[in-house]
Order: sequence, then C-alpha cells, then structure tokens
Amino acid sequence: MATKSADGYEHYYVPEQSAFPIVATVGLFFTVFGAATFFNELQSGDGGIGGYLSLAGLGILFTTLFYWFRQAITENMQGLNSAQMKRSYVWGMGWFIFSEVMFFVAFFGALFYVRNLAGPWLGGEGDKGKFIHLLWENYRYAWPMMETPDQVVNGAKAVFVGAGEGHSMYPADAHGGLLKWLPMWNTIILLSSSVTVHIAHVGLKDDNRQKFTRWLGITVLLAVGFLYLQYAEYHEAYVDLGLTLESGIYGTTFFMLTGFHGFHVFLGMTMLAIMWLRARKGHFSHEEAFGFEAASWYWHFVDVVWVCLFFFVYII
Amino acid sequence: MGDHGPAKGFGRWLYTTNHKDIGTMYLWFSFAMFLMGGVFALVIRAELFQPGLQLVEPEFFNQMTTMHGLVMVFGAVMPAFVGLANWLIPMMIGAPDMALPRMNNWSFWILPFAFAMLTSTLFMEGGGPNFGWTFYAPLSTTYAPPSVTYFIFAVHIMGASSIMGSINIIATILNMRAPGMTLMKMPLFVWTWLITAYLLIAVMPVLAGCVTMMLMDIHFGTSFFSAAGGGDPVLFQHVFWFFGHPEVYIMILPAFGIVSAIIPTFARKPLFGYASMVYATASIAFLSFIVWAHHMFTVGMPIAGELFFMYATMLIAVPTGVKVFNWVTTMFRGSMTFETPMLFAIAFVILFSIGGFSGLMLAIAPADFQYHDTYFVVAHFHYVLVPGAIFSIMAAVYYWLPKWCGNMYDERLGKAHFWLSFIGLNVTFFPMHFVGLAGMPRRIPDYALQFADFNQIASMGAFLFGFSQVFFLFIVIKTIRGGAQATDEVWESPEGLEWTVASPAPYHTFTTPPAVK
Repeated sequence: MATKSADGYEHYYVPEQSAFPIVATVGLFFTVFGAATFFNELQSGDGGIGGYLSLAGLGILFTTLFYWFRQAITENMQGLNSAQMKRSYVWGMGWFIFSEVMFFVAFFGALFYVRNLAGPWLGGEGDKGKFIHLLWENYRYAWPMMETPDQVVNGAKAVFVGAGEGHSMYPADAHGGLLKWLPMWNTIILLSSSVTVHIAHVGLKDDNRQKFTRWLGITVLLAVGFLYLQYAEYHEAYVDLGLTLESGIYGTTFFMLTGFHGFHVFLGMTMLAIMWLRARKGHFSHEEAFGFEAASWYWHFVDVVWVCLFFFVYII
Repeated sequence: MGDHGPAKGFGRWLYTTNHKDIGTMYLWFSFAMFLMGGVFALVIRAELFQPGLQLVEPEFFNQMTTMHGLVMVFGAVMPAFVGLANWLIPMMIGAPDMALPRMNNWSFWILPFAFAMLTSTLFMEGGGPNFGWTFYAPLSTTYAPPSVTYFIFAVHIMGASSIMGSINIIATILNMRAPGMTLMKMPLFVWTWLITAYLLIAVMPVLAGCVTMMLMDIHFGTSFFSAAGGGDPVLFQHVFWFFGHPEVYIMILPAFGIVSAIIPTFARKPLFGYASMVYATASIAFLSFIVWAHHMFTVGMPIAGELFFMYATMLIAVPTGVKVFNWVTTMFRGSMTFETPMLFAIAFVILFSIGGFSGLMLAIAPADFQYHDTYFVVAHFHYVLVPGAIFSIMAAVYYWLPKWCGNMYDERLGKAHFWLSFIGLNVTFFPMHFVGLAGMPRRIPDYALQFADFNQIASMGAFLFGFSQVFFLFIVIKTIRGGAQATDEVWESPEGLEWTVASPAPYHTFTTPPAVK
C-alpha cells in the first residue's frame, strides 16, 4: 500500500521526473503538423512528405502513450497509489467523458440548427423569406435534403450535388424492408454490448474470472460487428446511393455524426480489447478494476451517443 | 518520493512533475506570448497612427489583427491563469501537488509547440490567418490562405492542452483538499478556477468541433457553412460563440478570484459577502452559456432571438454587480494601504466596471446595431481584458512573487510600472470609445480624416503601455535575482495556507496535509 505517515495519512504519490509528456508532445506535434501539410498537399495536388510525417508522429505518440499507461499500471500494482490517488483517476476519466459529450453537442447542435432554423429559412420561411429567393430562387426546403439549393439554382453546374430522392438512410428508403435496415441491427448490437460489458463487470465483482473475460471478449466482438455493419452501410451509401460527404448538408451531417461516433466506437473497442488482454494476464480484482471500469464507462457513453444518433439522424 | 529538491539543468523543466515548476513555465511562456502579441498590436497602432497606408500592406494588417487576438487570448491570458492555478491551488488547499502531475506537464508542453506552429504560418506562402481571431466562415474557409490548415490543428492541440489542464485542476480541487478544507472554506481564487475549469471542459470541445467543421468544409467538400449545399455561414457564428462567450468568462473569472484575495489583505478586512461571491461566480458561468448570440445581433436573427439574448445578457450585470459591490464594501472603512498589487486591484475594479458598462450598452440590441463592428466594441473588450484580465495577472504577480522567489520586489519600481500601465492603457483605449461612436469601423488599416486625432493619441498610449511591460520584465527579473528578504507572511496577516509556508516556498509543500480549522 501507499506509505503512511504517523498520523495515518497515506502519501499521495507524486511521480518522479518523466520524459513521457515531452516525447508525447513531440509525437503530437508531428502528427498534426504532418496532417496539415498532407491535407494542403492533397488540395494543391503536389506530392510531399506530410503524410509520412504525420504517421511517424502518430507512431511516436502511441508508443509513448503505451509506455506511459504501462508505467501507470505498474505503479498501481506496486501499491504506490493511495485511495485518494485512485479517486483522481476516477475524476479524470469522468471529466474526460464530459468533454467528449460536449464535442458531440457541437455536431448535434449543428444538425438541429440546420434542420429547424437555417433550412426552413433557406426555403423562404420567416422574416427573410421575401429576400432569400433573390439568392436561392425556387428552392423548397425538405429533410432529408436530397437536392441542394446549389442544384436548384445552378443545375448541372452545381458543386454540391445531393444524392437524390430515395437515397437517404432513413427507414423509408431502406431497400428490402426493415430487416435489412442496418442501423436497427447496429442499435441492437450496441445496446447488447452495453449489457454484456455489464455482465462482465458483475462477473468480476463475483470473482468469477471466466465470466468476466468471456463476456468482455463478447463485448469486443460485438464492437467489431458494429464497425463492420457501419462499414457496410457507408459502402452502400457511397457506392449504391451516391450519398457522400459532398452531397450537401444531409450527407455532411450524416457522415460527420455517424463517422465521429464510429471513431469513438473504435476507440472504445480498442480500450476494451486492451482490458481483455489485461484481464487474461490476471489484472483486475473485485476491488481494483479502474482501467476496466473506465473503459466500460466510455463504452456506455458511446452507446448513449448512438441512441441519440439513432433517434435524431435515422428516425426523425 | 522524498522531499528532494529540483533536478539540475534543463531536464528539470522538460521532465518536471512539480506544480511549481510547471506554473513557472506557464507564466514565462505567457509573458513571452504577451510581448509577441504586444508587438503585433504595436504594428497595428503604428499603421493607424495616421490615415492612409504607411507601413504595412492591408493583407499583413489583417494577419496582425488576427494573430494579436489569437496570441493574446490563447497564448497570454489563458496560460497565465493556468500558471497561477498551478502555483497557487495546491498551496491554497493544502495539497502536495496537482492531482495528475505528469499530465500537468503534458498540458504545458503542448503550448509552445502549438504556438510555434501558429506563428510559423506568418512565414508561409499566402501569409498567416487573416480572418480575425473570430475566424468567421467563409473568410476562414472559402477565402482563407492555405495556412489555415495549420491554424486549425494549432487550435486543436491548444484545446487538448486546455482540457487536460482543466481536468487536472478540477480533480485537484475536488479530491486533494486538506482535511477540514470544505468547499465553502476554499479561497475564492480556487472557487473561480473550479468554475472556470468546468467552463473550459464544456466549451473547448465545441471549439474543436467548430474548427473540425472548417477543416471538413475546406478539404473534404462538406457544406456546414455553405448555403449552396444547404448549410449556413451563420451556423459558424453560433458554434463559435457558443464557445466564445464562455471563453471570455474563462478569461475573467480567475481575475475575480485574484482581486478577491488582494483587496481584503490591503483593506485589512475579511472579504465582504464570501458566499454571495461564490454564487455570483456560478451564476455568471451559467449565464455565459445562454448569451452567445449577442455577438451576432446584426446577422439577421428573428426578433425573438434578439430579445432573448438581449435580456439574458443584461442579466449578467446582476451577479457582476454583486461582485463589484462586494469589493467596494470590503474596502469601505478598511485600513487601506496602496502597495502595487492593491493599486492594480483597485484599478481593476474601476476600469473593469467601465468595460462592464460599455458591455451593457452593447447588450441593447437596437443600440448594438449602431455600435457593431466599430471601435466602440474594441474599446469595450479591451477595457475588460487589459485592466481586467491583464491587470489582475500583474496584481497576482506582485502579490505572490515574494512567496515564489523569496524576495520583495522594489515597491517604487512596482508603483512606477503601475502608473505607466494605467496611463498607457487609458490613453490607448479611452479614445476608441469616441471614434467608435463616431463610426470608425474596426479591423481596417485606413480611416477617414476626422478620426486622425484620437487615433494618434491611442497609438501613443499603446507604445507607452507596450514599453511599460518591458519595464515589468525588468522588475520581475530584478526581484528574482535579489532584493529584500520576504517574510513567510509577506504581507500583514494575509488569509490563506500559502502564507503559512516559507518564502520562497519549498520545492514540495504540504506533503502531509495541514490542519484546517
């Protein structure tokens, strides 16, 4: 346990000097500097080293984070962390998840604004309706926006080309009925995975390690299944429906919201997979399971975001 | 973990996990950025000394207004407050260090890299960001120079730094208080930072979302901010100001905490209305989330929106008034002395109130239609940021520097610095009210002849203020290198645990928590 002073206070572990932060910063810097260079190279059409720089940075960043986390886990297993220190980690994870919630709030807010305010105004509602037609003549607003104002005004010269009627991701446009409507299956998968990760947690609390690792493994498999179906859905959208990031605000909001969610599913899945590997090595006990619990909170958060997505992006 | 001293050499700073080292680095970094942002401002003021185009190209002038704002907001003010938080919060609540010391160092080191990347854009083809620090689309998307991509990623990693720093501060305050240090016994600086950190975690991700939307619009053909694709450029302003308005309170709430520490010490009376100060801070934070569109009155919102945001904005005057009256009441019939920190604090109360009043004028939607985008707005927000945020930071430096380095600063020099700054800033920014009301637009390198006199006065004030800050640098270095030995209390019976440890504060303080009555 953490060392105690005479009056019973457990010393708060303040780590020695550490090279992790500065090396991680160098990695982060090359990641973003390289990415910016790479994107500009794509735009201008010149080749360059931006992409490699970014990948090298990512390599440094993730290698450092790997050793950093390993160090933190080792310290905990050596008993350096007091109960108070452990609470610091709990607060840290909780507020990190809150910051993630606010990131999604920005995009849900954009969707709300476009659908309920900007879209109808563009179609001529409200005080500005009399004048908006000077810019976007004959445009009629509808959601999902399958024909952009650009197309209505500029016809074949339009830059933003909507996917066209019947090419949305709403259930009404699902080919082959509801049973083939992938978002529904993804909802079922993700909701189940929240249950399975909870069963794993119960297993851990009962010291039933087989139940713990097995259900944790099942959760990871469900996450893989989710990501596969999302890939299939994107493939269908891009290849069969012509619905892309570039097909106006419907494609924009659809792919950005589901895309960022999918990215978070990937992160959560990675966390859970690492916890599964750690669980198989004998880490975690019924009183000592912060790493696993943090990953499972993150997983529940990802699940809640999906429920909101399912409702606001796919249903209404 | 013993109570060993600092490591030797530069590695001490690169690898440190010590909250005092990290606080020091934040403060020096912020001062460097303050000087750099100040030079950008002086380029602006030099160009505006006379009507017509003298010194710089209009394109470069735009880059200067943009970079001045970005560097001052994200590089000078915010890191200075985080530096103060690092130095002071653990000592004020009786904690051995920040809750997550390694992450603390990461939060800091991201900043120099982010600002190196941001500043490097000035040397890139097409120049640096030239769309104002508020980077409204489509100026920052369709019409932006290629360097905007670097700007976007710089903002991303600054945001990551802020979020990690804030998580650390919240975890420290909620988890690391000494036994007996209940929430309502915490010094107000700790309270204001708790609420500030909450605001940061709530809105920095929204800023990240905002620049991500820009990135996608620029490089991947999305149409968030393009009406042609069904989006709306005004959406940018909503997302930005949903971040931006809480952001301006992020830059002022810790200042409230500093002033609430300094005024009682030099009035020799306890702070009047401690609990109401806490509630007022929380109310301001809450209101900051529902007033953002008062920055956008002229963009063409429905009348219901104009009215809602107008009234909500005016409501902020109530908790802010509570604070101002509490400070004044604390001073009322106190045994006041006027050392340098107190001078800065009193100037804060008076001049910040002026900025608050011009804010109230701007809050009135029909009046704002006249003031919008004029120098009146520039005068307003510089009155809340310079004698507000910046003065409070200087007050804090004079107040706590003896605790940090063990030496007293030279009182004569400190007072000289105060008066030079005080005169400089008023000469700079007060005339801007007049040219603004007379209709001079902001962010323009040239102006009509009738504004020439006031602009000349403002430019002279700006150079006076700017060079006074070099003097400040001299005073601080002189104090660190020597001077009268400071006592442990430094001042006459100041409140707070930080005054119970030696001056200079030992490398590790409160490794076992103190008893708090």
